[in-house]
Amino acid sequence: MALLHSLRRSLRLDPSTLEARVAADDDRPAKQLLPTGPQVEIAASDPLLAYLQSSPGPVDLTSLELDSPAVRDLREAGVALVVPLISQGELIGTLNLGPRLSEQEYSTDDRRLLASLATQAAPAVRVAELVLERAGEIQARERLEQEMRVATLIQQQFLPHELPKLPDWQVAAYYGPARAVGGDFYDFIELPDGRIGIVVGDVTDKGVPAALIMARTQSVLRGEAPRFLSPGEVLRRANEILLPEMPARMFVTCLYLVLEPATGRVVYANAGHLPPYVRTADGVIELRATGMPLGLLPGMAYEEKEAVIDPRQSVLLYSDGVVEAHGPAGDMFGFPRLRALMAQERPGTELLNHLLEELHEFVGRGWDQEDDITLVALQRTGGGEHVLLGAGAEPVSAEAAERRVLLTLSLPGEPGNERIAMSQVAATVAPLDLPTARLERLKTAVSEAAMNAIEYGSQNDPAIPVEIEVWVTEDDLFVSVADRGLSGPIPDAEQPDLEAKLAGEQKPRGWGLFLIKHMVDAMEVVTDGAAQKVILTLHLRGVDDAGQPV
Amino acid sequence: MPASRFEAKVRLEAGIAVVTMGGDIDREAESGLAAAYAAAGGADVVLLDFTNVGYINSTGIALIVRFLADGRRDHREIRACALSPHYTEIFELTRLSDYMTIFDDAASATALTTSDPTGGRG
Repeated sequence: MALLHSLRRSLRLDPSTLEARVAADDDRPAKQLLPTGPQVEIAASDPLLAYLQSSPGPVDLTSLELDSPAVRDLREAGVALVVPLISQGELIGTLNLGPRLSEQEYSTDDRRLLASLATQAAPAVRVAELVLERAGEIQARERLEQEMRVATLIQQQFLPHELPKLPDWQVAAYYGPARAVGGDFYDFIELPDGRIGIVVGDVTDKGVPAALIMARTQSVLRGEAPRFLSPGEVLRRANEILLPEMPARMFVTCLYLVLEPATGRVVYANAGHLPPYVRTADGVIELRATGMPLGLLPGMAYEEKEAVIDPRQSVLLYSDGVVEAHGPAGDMFGFPRLRALMAQERPGTELLNHLLEELHEFVGRGWDQEDDITLVALQRTGGGEHVLLGAGAEPVSAEAAERRVLLTLSLPGEPGNERIAMSQVAATVAPLDLPTARLERLKTAVSEAAMNAIEYGSQNDPAIPVEIEVWVTEDDLFVSVADRGLSGPIPDAEQPDLEAKLAGEQKPRGWGLFLIKHMVDAMEVVTDGAAQKVILTLHLRGVDDAGQPV
Repeated sequence: MPASRFEAKVRLEAGIAVVTMGGDIDREAESGLAAAYAAAGGADVVLLDFTNVGYINSTGIALIVRFLADGRRDHREIRACALSPHYTEIFELTRLSDYMTIFDDAASATALTTSDPTGGRG
C-alpha cells in the first residue's frame, strides 16, 4: 500500500478564510513530518468533505458516485481509497491510498485494518496539530513581546528624564505606556529668555513604527522650537518636515505651548490634539486653537492663541488614553469626569496622583490598558501681584517646594520590565554624577525592588502596573517603587541562611530584599491599604564613594 | 542596558572545567547553568568565568547558590573569576565568597591546581 497524500488542514476552515489559511499552512513544518504525494486542493465547499465526515470507514473512490471536483482530482492523482481521519467528530485529514501493488482489490480485512489504523492515528495527528499550532502561537507572541520591548525602549529614551525647575511653578508629568505601547510623548524644551516649550502629542498606531515616528517628531520639534518664537510657526514647519516622511495612515496630534514663567503668559497652537484644561477661579476652561494633525496635508496653518495663567491656577495637558479608558462595564472615563477632577484645587504632583487614583478606581483591577496615558500638570504656585488663596486652600509646603521630581514612570507588571526600571532610573540620575559604585548599587536595588513589585505586587500581570518615581532634595536622592500588593505585605529583609541553602534544606532563592537593603543608605516600606511602596534613599552629601559617613 | 541572553561554554583546562559565561545571569540562565554543571563532567574543580557577564540579579544569585550546593553534594570545588567590583561586593555581602574563591582572571584561577573541596576562604 502506498500512502499518497494527507489531506490539507484547510478542511476544517470556513470557506471565506480558506485561501489565507491554506497559504499560511504552506509554511508550516508539519507538512515535512508527513510523507507527501501529489498535492490535491480540496475546496471547503466540496461535497466529498461532507461525505467523508459521515463515512464510517474507508471510501472506495473508483466506485464512488459523487459530483465532486476533488474526487476527480484524487482519481487523477492515482488515489483509489480514501480513509477519513476523524477526531472528536471532526474530519481532520485523510489517508489516501493508491491501488494495491498486487493489483487486487482492497479486501475486507484490509479495510478493517485501515479503519482501525485511522481510528488510532486521528487523535495522534490532532495532538500533533495542536502542539504545532501552540508552538506557532508562542513564537508569534514572543515576536510581539520583543517588538513591544523595543518600542518601549525607543519611547522611553525620548521622554524627558528631568522636569523643568521653574520658580513659582510646580510641574508634574506622568507617562503610562499601554501593553501594546502607543505613540504618546511629552517634552519640555528650553527656549531663549527663560521661556519653556511644553509639548504633548500622540502618534496614531502602536508599536515600533509609532515609537519611531514619535522619536522623529520630537527631534523635529526640539530642532525647530528654539528657532521660532511662534508656536503656530513651529507646528507649521514641523508639518512640512514630517509630511514626506510619514508612513501611510499615520499622523501625529500635538499641542505646543510656550510658557513665560515670570508672567504666566502662555502662547499655544494645536495640531489636532485634545485642548488643555485650565482651572481658574471661575471654573475649568479649555485652551482651544484649531489646526490639522501633523503629517496629513501640506501647507497647513496653525491658529495661535494666548492666555495668562494667574497664581494658583493650573493647566493640564493630557492624551486621549485617559478619557478613553474603559471601566469594567464598558463605559469610558470621559471628559466630564476629568474636568470635574481638574476643578478641584490641588498642586501639580498631587493633581496627577489624584487623577491616577481616580482612574485606577474607575477601571478596576485587572485593567488591560488599551492606550498610552500621558499627563502634564503645571500649577502657578506664586509670583504675580494677586495671590488668590481659595477657601480651604493651603500654601505649598517648604518640603514640597524643595522636592524635585525627576521621573515618574509606570510599567506593566510583566517579568523583565525591571530592566527598564533600572535603565530609566540610571539615565535619570546620570546628571547627579554618582560615584560608579554608588550608581551600580542603586541600579541593583531598583532592579530588585521592581522585580519584587512585578512578581508579588502585580503577580506578573502586565495589566497591573508598577510605578516608579525618582526625586531629589538638597541632600538625598529617593526612588520609590510602588505596587498594588496583590501577594500581601512585604516581609522584613532578613539575612538569608546560606548554609541551609547550600545543604539543600532551604530553597536557594530569597535574596532580593536583603540585597535591596544593603545596596542603599535606607530602605523604607510604606503601605497604604493593600498598595505598598518601597522607598530607597541614597545620601548625596556627607558620605564617601562607599556610602560611609564622612 | 538591554537584556542579553545567557550562554555558557565549558572547556577543560589543566584538569579544571572552565565555564565561560556571557550575558545576564537571571531566571533565563537556569537551564544554561544547569547544563554547564552537567557538561563539567567529572572535573574536581569547576571555574565560573564571569568575564562577559554584565548583569546578575537575585534570581541569578540563587542559581549560583544551587551551583555551589550541587558542587558540595558532588565534592567538587567551585571557583569564580573576573567578577566586576560591584558583583565582587555582592558575592561578599551574600557570603558566596566564603564558599568559592574569587580570582582576578581565568589564568590565575587555573594556575592553582590543588583541589580544596571545602572552598576557599571559609
